[in-house]
Amino acid sequence: MGGLVLALLLLCVVGIATTGGRFATAGNITTLLALAATTGVVSIGMTFVITAGGIDLSVGSVLGLATVWASTLSTQYMAEDYGWWVMVVTALAVGLAAGLVNGALIAYGKVPAFMATLAMLAAAKGLAEIIAGRRTQLVEVDPFLDVFRADVLGLPMIVWIFVVVAAAGWFLMNRTTFGRRTVAVGGNPEAARLAGIKIKRHTLYLYGLTGLTAGIGAVMMLARTTAGSSTTGTLLELDAIAAVVVGGTLLAGGRGTITGTVLGVLIFSTLTNVFILNNIDSSVQAIAKGAIIVGAVLLQQWFASRERATST
Amino acid sequence: MTSSTTVRTRRVSGAFIAAACAALVISGCTSNEPREDEGAATGPVTATENDEAGDEVVIGFSAPAADHGWMGAITNAAKAEAEKYEDVTLQVAEGTNDVNVQISQIEGFIDQGVDAIVLLPFDGAALTEVALDAMEAGIPVINVDREFTSPFAARTTVLGDNYGMGVSAGTYICEQLGDNKDAVVAEIAGIDALPLTQDRSQGFEDALSDCGLDVDARVAAEFTVESGEEQTANLLSAEPEIDAIWNHDDDQGIGVLAAIENAGRDEFFLVGGAGSSNMMEMIQSGDSVVQATVIYPSTQAADGVKLARLIAQDKTIGDLASIGVPRTVQLFAPVVTADNVEEYLPIGFES
Repeated sequence: MGGLVLALLLLCVVGIATTGGRFATAGNITTLLALAATTGVVSIGMTFVITAGGIDLSVGSVLGLATVWASTLSTQYMAEDYGWWVMVVTALAVGLAAGLVNGALIAYGKVPAFMATLAMLAAAKGLAEIIAGRRTQLVEVDPFLDVFRADVLGLPMIVWIFVVVAAAGWFLMNRTTFGRRTVAVGGNPEAARLAGIKIKRHTLYLYGLTGLTAGIGAVMMLARTTAGSSTTGTLLELDAIAAVVVGGTLLAGGRGTITGTVLGVLIFSTLTNVFILNNIDSSVQAIAKGAIIVGAVLLQQWFASRERATST
Repeated sequence: MTSSTTVRTRRVSGAFIAAACAALVISGCTSNEPREDEGAATGPVTATENDEAGDEVVIGFSAPAADHGWMGAITNAAKAEAEKYEDVTLQVAEGTNDVNVQISQIEGFIDQGVDAIVLLPFDGAALTEVALDAMEAGIPVINVDREFTSPFAARTTVLGDNYGMGVSAGTYICEQLGDNKDAVVAEIAGIDALPLTQDRSQGFEDALSDCGLDVDARVAAEFTVESGEEQTANLLSAEPEIDAIWNHDDDQGIGVLAAIENAGRDEFFLVGGAGSSNMMEMIQSGDSVVQATVIYPSTQAADGVKLARLIAQDKTIGDLASIGVPRTVQLFAPVVTADNVEEYLPIGFES
């Protein structure tokens, strides 16, 4: 954990040094946090799934599907008549439903998580394209935009949503039995089953949770881009997985840290921000990202082996 | 006392039933029918004697997947054009970004023995071979937008003017910024890996250097709303003072405008690209940073269909002195401003 904070601080120092203070302006920090917010929310959900030894490749497409579903003309008309919460509920419901389908396939259908969520990735994208007629759907419900594009205490609403979700995620992982069960299922599924944990039901809930965070992310994206599109959220799952892994959660499962995920998300966003401010090619950025992921995992493995060596 | 298995089954099925009910409820929200009839906008109507019915022709049409508004407009305009003629049967292949699939679609048209093929290839080079096969089989091919790599692969090519688009945008910005040599000009490009983006950027740069300006900051989005928003947010962060921005594409422009609004900046004016109805309406209303847009006609494929019909029926194109149909038709990239927006609104496409 200390290593992550150090890395983040180092990036900030590099940012300030190379851009002469432009990095440290309130406007830029806000941009950085807003950039991190949506990936962050989705990464929180992903942390739980990975801690339990699974994976969810569909969160990006499900997010896109949720933005599309929540911004169709019929949903927006309903929102105009009844209130902006209609769009929020639709996005959350779509995310949750997709997540539960994933969970059911994985837990009860015994389909490997990789395959089931890969299938959902394709299916959700296709469904989003059909519903939207392959067009971009503009959000015209002003109350919705007013609420979610507002600035509260100087920070955009979506950043506050990220903060709330991160706090809730931390509480869920570290202070509830749900979190403890997640760690147990990931660490040793057989022992967990023998201890009386209902693995299948828990798995269902886990993927429902990831789907729900994708739905929350969809609401944030709708506010940020004022449009619903099947292209929104493409490849988001890779960013989320990268952030989770860099943050210290083991890909094989058994240990999870929400704080680590948050730091991981911030590290990547800061990196992107510093690169943009310095006008560096986005392709170079992508290479740097790959190097960081590999470096982080190698470090984790090294620390883990040292721990094992000293504890015996 | 009920056994725990029954309780568990009940709980699980309960969850499923709840999910199913929720699904049914929200499935009512997938319609995209507008409440009022929006009244379809029609293109400019010019009828000539070429439009009178001739021999029956079957035209095969293949274009990439309509995953953004412009491409969707291409396909819709082509279909609408074909419907105007009773002597044309348009066979539309399912839009795809997979080069292999598109090649097999053309092979299917060749097998079928259509009278002409209108093709907007996902990648011009990759589809050149199969177009050559069609030409050799006696089927005239009309190449739209993305050029083949061989002149023998098409009877006629209908092109937009990517380089010219950049020039139009650069010239407009030069006119607006006058003699301010220190003006900060920014560019939001589309997918950098595509040759057309490089052409547009080159035209932009050349036009700007003609009046002593240059591109001070450039970011590349991906023609999508999300990437437009993200890249613009970063651009605005990096440049505290901007005088003019050229955004290559109005579809990603929705995200661009969202980012501009988010940042609360308006010290610059924005020039768009492609010509969506959305942007044109904003230009008309005059209360946003959008001052102009450069047309990249989404009617190219419709032109292709018209020309395919003329070629298949052995007719001559109207309004020219020469006989037959030209080899290349390169469309103009006009700049739409508040002065002439009424003229161009009918051909704007929905994002």
